[in-house]
Amino acid sequence: MSGADRSALIDRLSRSGSKGVLRFITCGSVDDGKSTLIGRLLYDSKLLFEDQLGTLERDSKKHGTTGGDIDFALLLDGLEAEREQGITIDVAYRFFATEKRKFVVADTPGHEQYTRNMATGASTADAAIILVDARKGVLTQTRRHTYIAHMMGIRHIVLAVNKMDLVEFDRARFEEIHGAYRQAVASLPFETITPIPMSARFGDNVTARSERMDWYSGPALLEFLEDLEAGSGLGDQPFRFPVQWVNRPNQNFRGFSGTVASGRISQGEAVIIAQSGAAAQVARIVTADGDLETAAAGEAVTLVLDREVDVARGDMIVPAAARPDVSDQFAAEILWMNEAELLSGRSYLLKAGTATVPATITTIKHGIDVNTFEKEPAKSVALNGIAQCNVSTAYPIPFDPYEDNRATGAFILIDRFSNQTVGAGMIRHGLRRADNIHAQAMDITKAERARMKGQKPAIIWFTGLSGAGKSTIANIVEKRLSAAGHHTYSLDGDNVRHGLNKDLGFTDADRVENIRRIGEVGRLFVDAGLIVTCSFISPFRSERQMVRELVGADEFIEVFVDAPIEVCIARDPKGLYRKAQEGKIKNFTGFDSPYEAPESPEIHLHTADLSPEDAAERVIAMLRDMGRLS
Amino acid sequence: MSDGALSQTLNAYADRFASGQRSRARPLSAHLKALEAESLHIMREVAAGFANPVMLYSIGKDSAVMLHLALKAFWPSRPPFPFLHIDTTWKFREMIAYRDTLAAALGLTLYTHTNPDGLARGINPIDSGSSLHTQVMKTEALRQALNQHGFDAAFGGARRDEEKSRAKERIFSFRDANHGWDPRGQRPELWNLYNTRIRKGESIRVFPLSNWTELDIWQYILEEDIPIVPLYFAAERPVVRRDGTLIMVDDDRLPMQPGETPDPLMVRFRTLGCYPLTGAIESRAATVEDIVMEMLTARTSERSGRLIDHDEAGSMEKKKREGYF
Repeated sequence: MSGADRSALIDRLSRSGSKGVLRFITCGSVDDGKSTLIGRLLYDSKLLFEDQLGTLERDSKKHGTTGGDIDFALLLDGLEAEREQGITIDVAYRFFATEKRKFVVADTPGHEQYTRNMATGASTADAAIILVDARKGVLTQTRRHTYIAHMMGIRHIVLAVNKMDLVEFDRARFEEIHGAYRQAVASLPFETITPIPMSARFGDNVTARSERMDWYSGPALLEFLEDLEAGSGLGDQPFRFPVQWVNRPNQNFRGFSGTVASGRISQGEAVIIAQSGAAAQVARIVTADGDLETAAAGEAVTLVLDREVDVARGDMIVPAAARPDVSDQFAAEILWMNEAELLSGRSYLLKAGTATVPATITTIKHGIDVNTFEKEPAKSVALNGIAQCNVSTAYPIPFDPYEDNRATGAFILIDRFSNQTVGAGMIRHGLRRADNIHAQAMDITKAERARMKGQKPAIIWFTGLSGAGKSTIANIVEKRLSAAGHHTYSLDGDNVRHGLNKDLGFTDADRVENIRRIGEVGRLFVDAGLIVTCSFISPFRSERQMVRELVGADEFIEVFVDAPIEVCIARDPKGLYRKAQEGKIKNFTGFDSPYEAPESPEIHLHTADLSPEDAAERVIAMLRDMGRLS
Repeated sequence: MSDGALSQTLNAYADRFASGQRSRARPLSAHLKALEAESLHIMREVAAGFANPVMLYSIGKDSAVMLHLALKAFWPSRPPFPFLHIDTTWKFREMIAYRDTLAAALGLTLYTHTNPDGLARGINPIDSGSSLHTQVMKTEALRQALNQHGFDAAFGGARRDEEKSRAKERIFSFRDANHGWDPRGQRPELWNLYNTRIRKGESIRVFPLSNWTELDIWQYILEEDIPIVPLYFAAERPVVRRDGTLIMVDDDRLPMQPGETPDPLMVRFRTLGCYPLTGAIESRAATVEDIVMEMLTARTSERSGRLIDHDEAGSMEKKKREGYF
């Protein structure tokens, strides 16, 4: 083949890619014909291969719901469980191309319990096709799907009024649904809403205009998608470059690899590091294909700066004249994606761009009912719930409002123990509070206070079930330390709940806040130079970890006071287990509320066969070994 | 292709990355540029987020593209991880020659692993059947190698357009300590914010080519001029026809059935694997351009030449749950 042929071939291949790739999501329940629509798009654009068609015909006879006709839904429902149950439970990505354009379709489930899956598909989509069954009209789920599309930043909506064949292709019915939809979603600002009447099963207005609906003068779905100008808008935003990886092959080269999140950058331009404010100029834009003059949003490059600046993964390189917010407090809309509910006060890991930081939800301002778009009071957020929250991070991160910049305004939340991705967040705006609170430097330091007392301060944290022996052992430890002349203080569950925490109950959310406050008080006492014993059931690993991180690495000693629940029930020093058994107490740990045992405590005491005195001696021996008592 | 010609081609390829001064006749097509950037981003996330990653290298065209992307992602540094080939001992001889020549030319750290138990038990694709052979010599072998080196992340070249269960897999796909995949419990994956957190013993399979299609792969090979194993190009090769599939007789381990003799035929391969399990297609496509032209009119999907996917319905999902790539 000659060189000319090669060039002509590449021209031909790139034609359909030149308009860019359009990513869209289809929303609707399985009954609305969503999978049928995508199957039809693939089939009519001749993207099904013969062997795939063969498999499809076989599967249609076995699992199909269309009475022997080809059931397009089977083409897409890839997981065995889905084929058997006839539901779509996960996001599937499909690829097809026409002469004009390439497409990526995220096929997502429509039921409310799969809201997180739809949000996943929507997070990278440019447009959403909202399917409505012409017989049923606008339903609650239609509003929900539209709200999620809006929340995830989609700007173009296609209202696909499907199954027109079942309403005799009636124009009035179509107009009625269109009107109802416009009214239902009037409060949500979209750039375009395009209604199309269709029958996915028979192909009307899917890839070609239908002769059976001559009253409709708009485009068929595929025509519309081919021509849709749906830029992400990221190219017009200020330059943002989250540093992914420091590229240092040898002493002579130090570059910062990453993907341009938005805007563009040229050689010689002045930039700063958003977090530190350090200034530099871009000396080179390096790629394996040679240096570039300019790099734009979406390009993966390596920047070399003209001077030595401290830059690490997680930093963001930005123009000095158009800086992002840099703050450790911001307001965000959070979609919760885990069975264990979101608790304010709990510490999660937050990943935004390339930065990963510990973060807590300080306030849940209100929940949002996705079906009515109304605010509703909320103390916690359950799976698939959405809430407006205030977020606090361990140190400041750079960001832009999600509305302006999908690349720098989004974050995920990761559970610190299961490592599951539990939440997705869209930053609304920074909170200025952080700017006005500055740590006051004191002249007398923690080290000096500790030296005066001849000890090194620490938190001895006793955790375990009620009746395991926490308070008993802590009491002996404190008596012996005092007798030896050490300065101590004791925080105990019941005592604290009479005062500092008397406004808190025993829900998971309140338990988290309980421990957070105790941790902060414990930290103040450590700062004062005291050895603090804390006796709390403290059932969750996350909160014990949070307290551990409040103080120095060797200042937190976790003591697991471990006794089998039967032993605790037999002891029942406060009669609480009896009350729980009688149903008089709810949310009792070990009974109807979980206890997460420590995985690697500093001390593990099996109190079923250890006297409280011996247990206390082991704790003191450990303190001595650690040099806390010198 | 002679050994000398192969070595010359692959050395010239390696030189491109040594100098970094590449002249392109034309810029990369827009959509390939976007796909490339996404893959580079994914690879850099892995390099930054894991202690001990590895890139699975299976010698085929997808691996060739994945390796090419890795060479670009970290340039002028070298890819900061080793490569791993699971060798069942039944790969085409030309694949092994290509593998070794390329690794030497690029100076890659390439580990190869063969399941010693499977070898001792005499597991092979002919007598044991494709299902058992794949289970023992590929899936189990992979688990052994990953455990032995303690890799916490492994790149694979799978694409979502290949197969239905792949269409639903994450780009960062979590595996438990037994390398199992739980399709119902996958981590949500939003935007380009990949969750790289794992506990000791757990791992992540990473698929940087998830959003590429077969045609994208070929177009990229064409535009980037990436050398691939000559088996992809049509040549006269000795084949036998069994149940409608053309099997190349690559060595004397393939027993001939009564009355059967290998016939020379112009064939090529759309995918590469263990030779007794890989069907050839009749073709005259001798260049990448020819292959792309042929694809534009093709009416069967590429995995149809792979015998292992047809073993049973939902077979890929089942294998993946057990740790297959």
